Amino acid sequence: MLLIDCPHCGLRDETEFACGGEAHIARPLAENAITDAEFAEYLFWRDNPKGVFLERWCHTAGCRQWFNAARDTVTHDFIEIYAMGSMPASKAGKAAFADAWRRNTASEAAAKPSSKGGKS
Amino acid sequence: MAEGPDRGARRLPGGKPKYSVFSLMRNARRYHQDWQQAWRAPEPKKSYDAIIIGGGGHGLATAYYLAAVHRITNIAVIEKGWLGGGNTGRNTTIIRSNYMWDESAAIYDHALKLWEGLTQDLNFNLMFSQRGVLTIAHSWHELREMSRRVHAIRLNGIDSDILTPDEIKKLVPIINIDQSIRYPVMGGFLQRRGGTARHDAVAWGYARAADDLGVDIIQNCEVTGLRRKGNQIEGVETTKGFIKSPKVGCVVAGHCSVLGDMADIRLPIASRPLQALVSEPIKPELDTVIMSNAVHMYISQSDKGEMVLGAGVDKYNSYAQRGSFPVPEHMIAAAVELFPLLSRLRMLRHWGGIVDTCPDASPIISKTDVKGLYFNCGWGTGGFKATPGSGHVFADLIANDRPNSIAAPYALDRFQTGLLIDEHGAAGVAH
Ligand SMILES: Cc1cc2nc3c(=O)[nH]c(=O)nc-3n(C[C@H](O)[C@H](O)[C@H](O)COP(=O)(O)OP(=O)(O)OC[C@H]3O[C@@H](n4cnc5c(N)ncnc54)[C@H](O)[C@@H]3O)c2cc1C
Ligand SMILES: [Zn+2]
Repeated sequence: MLLIDCPHCGLRDETEFACGGEAHIARPLAENAITDAEFAEYLFWRDNPKGVFLERWCHTAGCRQWFNAARDTVTHDFIEIYAMGSMPASKAGKAAFADAWRRNTASEAAAKPSSKGGKS
Repeated sequence: MAEGPDRGARRLPGGKPKYSVFSLMRNARRYHQDWQQAWRAPEPKKSYDAIIIGGGGHGLATAYYLAAVHRITNIAVIEKGWLGGGNTGRNTTIIRSNYMWDESAAIYDHALKLWEGLTQDLNFNLMFSQRGVLTIAHSWHELREMSRRVHAIRLNGIDSDILTPDEIKKLVPIINIDQSIRYPVMGGFLQRRGGTARHDAVAWGYARAADDLGVDIIQNCEVTGLRRKGNQIEGVETTKGFIKSPKVGCVVAGHCSVLGDMADIRLPIASRPLQALVSEPIKPELDTVIMSNAVHMYISQSDKGEMVLGAGVDKYNSYAQRGSFPVPEHMIAAAVELFPLLSRLRMLRHWGGIVDTCPDASPIISKTDVKGLYFNCGWGTGGFKATPGSGHVFADLIANDRPNSIAAPYALDRFQTGLLIDEHGAAGVAH
């Protein structure tokens, strides 16, 4: 049983949570301009690392709030839990964000209206 | 021994008939101390015509059919651990082909037909047992949906019958069909040709037959990189050095994204733990495989007498080969609801494997943007049943560099075209 530190409720059993999968997938805004291949990047291609993974969780049977986490998929350690809409602050979390192949995808480029919008 | 009894019935080469009742007697006299090696343990050569990464059932089957059907024998299977130590040796061995869509019927029934002759083909006892697979419905809605599914399945020529609760009780005397329980048994559907097989034997049988045809099976050797030159695969980096090959097939189940990342191939896969457990062995009580999507568990009895139980995947990505305790707790609660006599059994073993779940619950059998690099993955919670069919069509894809009609719908480009093969209904409770 994982113990997950909900930012609002504190340490609670895993059974109270739902896992929402990969975090920081930004929806392309230029939907009509992008190709099917680029849309597939957004819709289907998933980061699935062996190691530090940035993912979303929801405290479904508690406060019902979403939050982000950096978790190691080998040890199951939660390295960091951080708010929706913010970026990881730990060294491992920052590296996981910067190194993800998604950073270089056309779909992610198509998700930036100007400076920093779109990401969550 | 010289000639085995059944040579004439075999359709494919490989797996010389070295086992017989006489060799069994002779070895029994020698306390089973000097059985011959089932396969060699070679050091890797510098180069091969094709390399298969992953020594699970699917990888070994691919290598075997490459050698036996396509006569490409200068190949290696590279496995980081031991043969069958991945999901092949961790699965609950349910075999069936009652999937709804035409594409699924084609591949799963192709596999089931191969299973039916496989012990002969490989000259290795796979303990394939067509004991029937029964899926139970617990509400009128589920039963109606099931009938629709059964008709679709029958239209593809796959055996499938609806049973009433009384017929189910006759088939499975230990089941509780009392209509007052939380999830009453309202009916079910049975595939009589479905059943189980001995999981490691499948890996061992393919390995032995492939080795006999000259395939190098290299264990304890991890692939750490995929080397490409421009758009063409050149070979694989391993813990035993670089091995050259113009064709590389990745068949690594839960690790497919890790391999994909090595060649910048993106996959829609999430790797999740899937758990199973067995009880202490008891006398024969259950000679059918039972599955229930609503109660969410499945059960069969192994030849050793253990009750084999499984259910759904854990909810988060993992490479740890273990899951969380609430999952087995839930599957035991569900099993006891349907089979009250299980409540007094103790749990003997409990384990997990890392399965490669795909968004449409169907596999990926595909070429990639890198020439000569092929992927076979995404079987998720239910690929054991497909082992022979998967290996058979994947070998064909690698040999001819084009998918045959069974494999074609499973190409990666379906995630761009939108031609998904949604089998969440058939996959239901994982198996
Ligand atoms: C608990 C459980 C129950 C299941 N029950 C059923 C069932 O009842 N019916 C059914 O049909 N299916 C079932 N499945 C699914 C089934 O087990 C799999 O779909 C199937 O066995 C996959 O076979 P495979 O050969 O592709 O993978 P595996 O047997 O996992 O083989 C992949 C191999 O690749 C190796 N590998 C990984 N990375 C590398 C590397 N870098 N270098 C070299 N080698 C590498 C691994 O060590 C492994 O041996 C179950 C799975 C689990 C975990
Ligand atoms: Zn909370």
